[in-house]
Amino acid sequence: MIVNLKRVIRAGSINFWRNSAVAMASIFVLTVTLLVIGSLILGSTYLNSTLEGIRSRVDISVTFKTDVNENAVLVLKEDLELLPEVREVSYASREQELAEFRERHQDNALLIQSLEEVGNPFGARLSILATDPAQYDSVERFLNNYDGGAEGAGGIIDQISFKKDIIDKLLALIDTGQKVGITLSALLVLMSILVTFNTISLTIYIAREEISVMRLVGADNSYIRGPFVIEGVIAGTIAALISIGLLYPVVIWIRNITAGVYGGVDLVSYYISHFGQLFLILLASGIILGVVSGFLAIGRYLKV
Amino acid sequence: MIYFDKVSKVYFDKSLALDDVSFTIEPGEFVSVVGHSGAGKSTLLKMIIAEEKPTEGKVFFESVDVHSLSHRRIPDLRRRVGSVFQDFRLLPNKTTFENIAFTMEAAGRSDEEVQSDVPHVLELVGLDDKMWHFPFELSGGERQRVAIARALVNQPDLLIADEPTGNLDPVTTHEIMEIFKKINDIGTTVILTTHNKGVIDKLGKRVLTLERGRLVRDDKEGRYVI
Repeated sequence: MIVNLKRVIRAGSINFWRNSAVAMASIFVLTVTLLVIGSLILGSTYLNSTLEGIRSRVDISVTFKTDVNENAVLVLKEDLELLPEVREVSYASREQELAEFRERHQDNALLIQSLEEVGNPFGARLSILATDPAQYDSVERFLNNYDGGAEGAGGIIDQISFKKDIIDKLLALIDTGQKVGITLSALLVLMSILVTFNTISLTIYIAREEISVMRLVGADNSYIRGPFVIEGVIAGTIAALISIGLLYPVVIWIRNITAGVYGGVDLVSYYISHFGQLFLILLASGIILGVVSGFLAIGRYLKV
Repeated sequence: MIYFDKVSKVYFDKSLALDDVSFTIEPGEFVSVVGHSGAGKSTLLKMIIAEEKPTEGKVFFESVDVHSLSHRRIPDLRRRVGSVFQDFRLLPNKTTFENIAFTMEAAGRSDEEVQSDVPHVLELVGLDDKMWHFPFELSGGERQRVAIARALVNQPDLLIADEPTGNLDPVTTHEIMEIFKKINDIGTTVILTTHNKGVIDKLGKRVLTLERGRLVRDDKEGRYVI
């Protein structure tokens, strides 16, 4: 058994190098397939993180009038935090708002200068994050009631800004994009798998005479199949190495062209931190594809 | 050793390759099967190693009905029969040594046996200096000798050769036939097919004559008569 395994591995490796032209064809189609699979993984990660990023930024921003007492704002904050719809409320004081504005516009001397003259024009601000984007309407209603009705709180709110409409559209767009993307990728993966299978079938078709000779001199099926399986393993491994290598410049390119896009994950750091996982997926897909197509294709020539 | 019992073979296109053929071959015999192209010679040999199935009748190798063997058991049978073909059928990507070693490895022989037996059998067919050549680097006669060496290396009880000299010149044909005689002298049963009259007449061994699938003559010390 071990002797056989050793012989099969040796024969498979020797065949692989001697038939390098044919092996190249297998490696090429396997690489294309693995690149498609790898891009699919990276692409969906990118879309998901963008979507998540946008979702987490859907908030209600409540700006208070400049003359409002800080305590009144903090009381409202505590009340809001008691609502079940609210996940998180963050408070930014007037001073923080001003500092933030200054920092954001530090290059604009004119703006900073005019700010010096005006004083601090900003009111304190509460950012409210709901547990679910669908809950924003009720939060908004609560705020309107509070501002109009509750004693001592009357008229402290300057503005309630609410980006829900735009964000809903954006989310719907991304969602559709994702569905189309997944469908197209699935088709692409399916197509490349079929092409791979066909190419490997052809490489085995070339060897069909050899296979029948092996049968005729008394080799049993597993002994004939073995070296082809090894060749599939080698081709799959090489294709996985090439694809993981090729994906690196691709993620750098994607990072460069999407540098300004709102909310996306950095694919390069994702690639680096998930390198092992990504490589294992590609390696497993490559080997499984190489071995299974070879295994199936050889079957029809073993009937002699 | 070999027993054909009323064997007929009809191919898909309704052509009749063998028609009610019966004969027995004893261990140690040297039998030539002659006949025109398409007389059914190759079909007859292919049946012995279960490459073809009879439409009717049975083929026995010793006491085993060859065609009742399961697909998994067929390799065992083929390891006991050495086969030589007109078109040599060597493995093109393997050297002379590897071609012969493959048959031994397939039969589960140890590496030590492979290392010692392959050079020995190549010496027997006079090719020990071409051990590391690939088939495409060898002449027709040399390739056929590799094929014979491959057929012999597992010390088969029976050697079958389908038109082994069909692609060879007269001098090489003579050399190959001498090798077959030598093999037969050491006790191996040999069955070969040919339509080379000179080969048969010189041999002076048993001859089965096929004509359009029928066994028409069976001569103890036959000549080529058609």
